[in-house]
Amino acid sequence: MPHIDLPKEYPGIRSLFMFRPETAAPLNALVQILLHNPHPSLTPGERELIATRVSSLNNCKYCATIHGAIAKHHLHNGDVVEIVKVDPDAAPISSKLKALLKIAGKVQLSGKEVSSADVDAARKEGATDLEIHDTVLIAAAFCLFNRYVDGLATWAPDDLDVYDRMGKQRAEEGYLTPPFKIQPKP
Amino acid sequence: MAHIAVPEGVPGIRSLVMFRPESGQHLYALAQTLLRGESPLSPAVRELIAAFVSSGNECGFCRDSHAAAARYLFKDKKEVVDFVLDEYHHAPISEKLKALLNIAGKVRKNGKEVSPEDVARARAEGADDREIHDTVLIAATFSMFNRYVDGLASFTPTDPKAYEEMGVRLGEKGYALPKPQ
Repeated sequence: MPHIDLPKEYPGIRSLFMFRPETAAPLNALVQILLHNPHPSLTPGERELIATRVSSLNNCKYCATIHGAIAKHHLHNGDVVEIVKVDPDAAPISSKLKALLKIAGKVQLSGKEVSSADVDAARKEGATDLEIHDTVLIAAAFCLFNRYVDGLATWAPDDLDVYDRMGKQRAEEGYLTPPFKIQPKP
Repeated sequence: MAHIAVPEGVPGIRSLVMFRPESGQHLYALAQTLLRGESPLSPAVRELIAAFVSSGNECGFCRDSHAAAARYLFKDKKEVVDFVLDEYHHAPISEKLKALLNIAGKVRKNGKEVSPEDVARARAEGADDREIHDTVLIAATFSMFNRYVDGLASFTPTDPKAYEEMGVRLGEKGYALPKPQ
């Protein structure tokens, strides 16, 4: 049960956005820019994989499952998502994305963990300043979202079909359209 | 030196949002709403929670700038800031604020660390849903800012005077996106 009184028909971050729309606006706008809007070199699927990996490392069921579902819809590949959650180096993704996911994993622990060698390794694979910046900010932002969602013990549905439907909606529409209601199972 | 080509000599998060104002505008809007917008917690207390979490994360730039803002806003009670950053259990603050700092410290580690008992303790001291919500979101938000600032190795001034000036600016003007250079 959530720690505070939240709308019952919306799970995870959406229940918090309903509770406090004033902070929801910049948080949602941030995610839209970081993950969905056109980017010069990182696809939405790649950016969703970074969000999924960090959420998985933080053990945040709601965020890891929903962003995994969004990534799956962008990439048309659910297997790669499941591998990235546990071991990005074993996933069929570019060496550049692997190097960026390594940086994201360090950010998840602490910003100070990111070394010049980590950044140089990403550059060697062709990563740009903007890609390094966005990787760090996506990882940092999901350290926020994961803590917000779990720190208030929001509802994370168990039904994977629910995440699949929500994931399809976000992959197609982005983050700014209204969420649909979900009936909690009795 | 920062890991990416941000404006030289500009400290901390300011250099990062100047590098990428498209995301920066929302980060500043979030800080302004969360730390200065309508809330049952005073701006001074909210800055104190921000400094407390940043201290736990050992982010010197965020700790010192938000501690300076909290000192400015606490005015003649500014010594509470150093008490809280040192050892808040014995700080001259309310039991409610201690219970909220306990929650913030757990969120800093991981959201799952916050137990129903932690929340019940805050409620017993008079905290309501909004105070609990704002505490969790401030702690979560600074878990982001600290990682953003340190993850890109942005410039951290060492002169205490620089932070005092930031504290006055943040106390008086709040959070406005810096203009690009």
